[in-house]
Amino acid sequence: MAYRAQQLNFPIPSGFGLGAAALVAALILGTLGVVAWNAPDAGRLGLSDWVAVRFTVSQAFISAALSVAFAVPVARALSRRNFFGRGVLITLLGAPFLLPVIVAVMGLLAVFGRSGWVSQALELIGLPPIPIYGFHGVVIAHVFFNLPLATRIILQGWAGIPAERFRLAAQLGFTSRDMVRHLEWPILKRTAPGAFAIIFAICLSSFAVALTLGGGPRATTVELAIYQAFRFDFDLGKAARLATLQLAMAGSAAFLAFWASKGQGGFGKGLDRATQRWDGATRVARMSDVAFILIASLFLLVPLCAVGARGLAALPDLPISVWISAWLSIKVAALSATLAFLFSISIALTAVRFAWVESVGLLAIAASPLVIGTGLFIVIFPFASPQDWAMVVTACVNVVMALPFALRVLIPAVQDVCEGYGRLSLSLGFSRWAMLRLVILPRVRGPLGFAIGLAAALSMGDLGVVALFAGTSEATLPLQIYRLMGAYRMDAAAGAALLLAVLSFGIFWICDSWGRRDA
Amino acid sequence: MLELKDVELRQGSFQMAADMALDGDTKVAVIGPSGAGKSTLLMALAGFLHPAQGAIVWSGVDITKAAPKDRPFSVLFQDNNLFPHMSIMQNVGLGIRPSLRLSAAETTRIHGALEAVGLTGMGARKPAELSGGQQSRAALARVLVQRKSMLLLDEPFAALGPALKVEMLDLVAKLCAETGAGVLMVSHDPNDAERLCNQAILVAGGRAHAPVTTMQLLNNPPAALRSYLGK
Repeated sequence: MAYRAQQLNFPIPSGFGLGAAALVAALILGTLGVVAWNAPDAGRLGLSDWVAVRFTVSQAFISAALSVAFAVPVARALSRRNFFGRGVLITLLGAPFLLPVIVAVMGLLAVFGRSGWVSQALELIGLPPIPIYGFHGVVIAHVFFNLPLATRIILQGWAGIPAERFRLAAQLGFTSRDMVRHLEWPILKRTAPGAFAIIFAICLSSFAVALTLGGGPRATTVELAIYQAFRFDFDLGKAARLATLQLAMAGSAAFLAFWASKGQGGFGKGLDRATQRWDGATRVARMSDVAFILIASLFLLVPLCAVGARGLAALPDLPISVWISAWLSIKVAALSATLAFLFSISIALTAVRFAWVESVGLLAIAASPLVIGTGLFIVIFPFASPQDWAMVVTACVNVVMALPFALRVLIPAVQDVCEGYGRLSLSLGFSRWAMLRLVILPRVRGPLGFAIGLAAALSMGDLGVVALFAGTSEATLPLQIYRLMGAYRMDAAAGAALLLAVLSFGIFWICDSWGRRDA
Repeated sequence: MLELKDVELRQGSFQMAADMALDGDTKVAVIGPSGAGKSTLLMALAGFLHPAQGAIVWSGVDITKAAPKDRPFSVLFQDNNLFPHMSIMQNVGLGIRPSLRLSAAETTRIHGALEAVGLTGMGARKPAELSGGQQSRAALARVLVQRKSMLLLDEPFAALGPALKVEMLDLVAKLCAETGAGVLMVSHDPNDAERLCNQAILVAGGRAHAPVTTMQLLNNPPAALRSYLGK
């Protein structure tokens, strides 16, 4: 007979989590309050504000729609084909999540830029190059980042269909059409809206992509506009107006995403295990599957290879400033990992007793790094030089950004441990700390390592709030790359980008394998 | 002496009553149709479900509100009796000191317990490296070092084959004879009850009936038990 967990008072510390959740909420809402308080005329929205809103919403909508539309045939091909390298390809689909934006932007410029490979090919047949700066570029970059995410979400839905169903379908002689109607469509109907909503929410808060590929009055996202209002005009009123607008937009999009993806799992465990399927054996089906897998792979891999090749050549001659920046970025990532450990585990422990604490993750999805940054700048400014705090703020903001994902894997893991071993632990009389040290931490090490690694990698590659805070001297590696690009030192920038990619994946790998070690 | 004084247990719409007394050193089977509340009764004794009313008294002390660890019972659940990430030594050691800061004398006690259950030299292994029967033995070794007055068994051997199950029941009988501990065992197999327990409690119709001898209950079953046994 099942015993509801609520009846039992598990010996786990939950006070710290309440404190941590309150701190996160204060960081998100408090900074918005500070910005609003300091804005003299926060009510009125100007024409340029509305242009930014329109651009933000339309690029996010198009990016999400294209990502999902393209992901459906790719996921379908991956779900019904079993080929050499399938597992590696699916693992790679998880990579853009950790890839620093600036690295991807460099890769996309190498392929789609004015002197990029695609443009040169187009020129050969007498066509004008694709305009990479502006709306097109922003959408291409967003599809680059979110196509893999959409593919994984949709693939995960289909991977959940039991193998027996496919056997039954083969037995009954389902055609490709019947497969779609009875098996694939009912699942897609549930997964695709969630994927769309999540990507829409992510693209709404886009800053680094807009900073590097957008800009100008006609291609500015609200996040970028906050940065410009603050950094160039020091117009706090405008920054506050835009910040409120951003939080309202991102908040409703996050809520929509949360609602649309209800009841779906996290990050696609066991996706590399292909279910045997008997459909799609026709020549047309096979050729279209191969084509979609090939196009998607090229779209994702060629830009990365372009940066890698150019960067490798430039690596020996990297200026010393790049190495200094790299060391700084490593320190930021280490701080971020430590904070992520403390915050995510304490909030997850508390969520076992007070389920509503999980909603702080929802708040974090809606949070805007630039708003938090602006607010903290205003708070710190009277007391200290914000430049000195740039690294700490970067680490904190990225811990908040990683929190929703961390909680999504950690909370179910902690709950499982409590459900499976809570009664045994109670009957043995564990103290709270013994329970944490001996039972919970060892059993949730896998998801914990993932959560810490995610926070570390995100702050390693972050080009957001650091742009707001950093002075002219010190710069993290992503900011250094941005500056090198601005100075048209593209070789050095490519070398630094390669270094950054290696560092980001490296730190994630270290944390993640700590979690998996003798698990 | 364990007394249940006008105890009423409620879980959602489920309800059952128990009013009885039994000796602390007897071996008692809890028999009855599935869903009648056998496990519920055991979990209430162990302290995982608080009675809606009534009192549970052990040797004259009211333990109705006591924490699970402060009760005179050790418990073996249906599963999850061992922590998979800990060695057998550590798993047994938890029964002495959950912080696992063990003295040399306590370590010796663990070795002794492992020897008593026939797991000599296996202390360094993880549960996954042991067979199902050996895992049950390891859990029993922990029960041994816990030195509690009574052992509550919630069908922990249900997943074992018939021969292994008999082996475990005999081991329980042997350990209890050495330590003088009593046993309260939930079972849906009358053979198990007959083998280990001289007394039996029938749980049926929303009521846990006072213990009678196992033979008497099985040879002369009341109607509720008769249909369950298929006699």
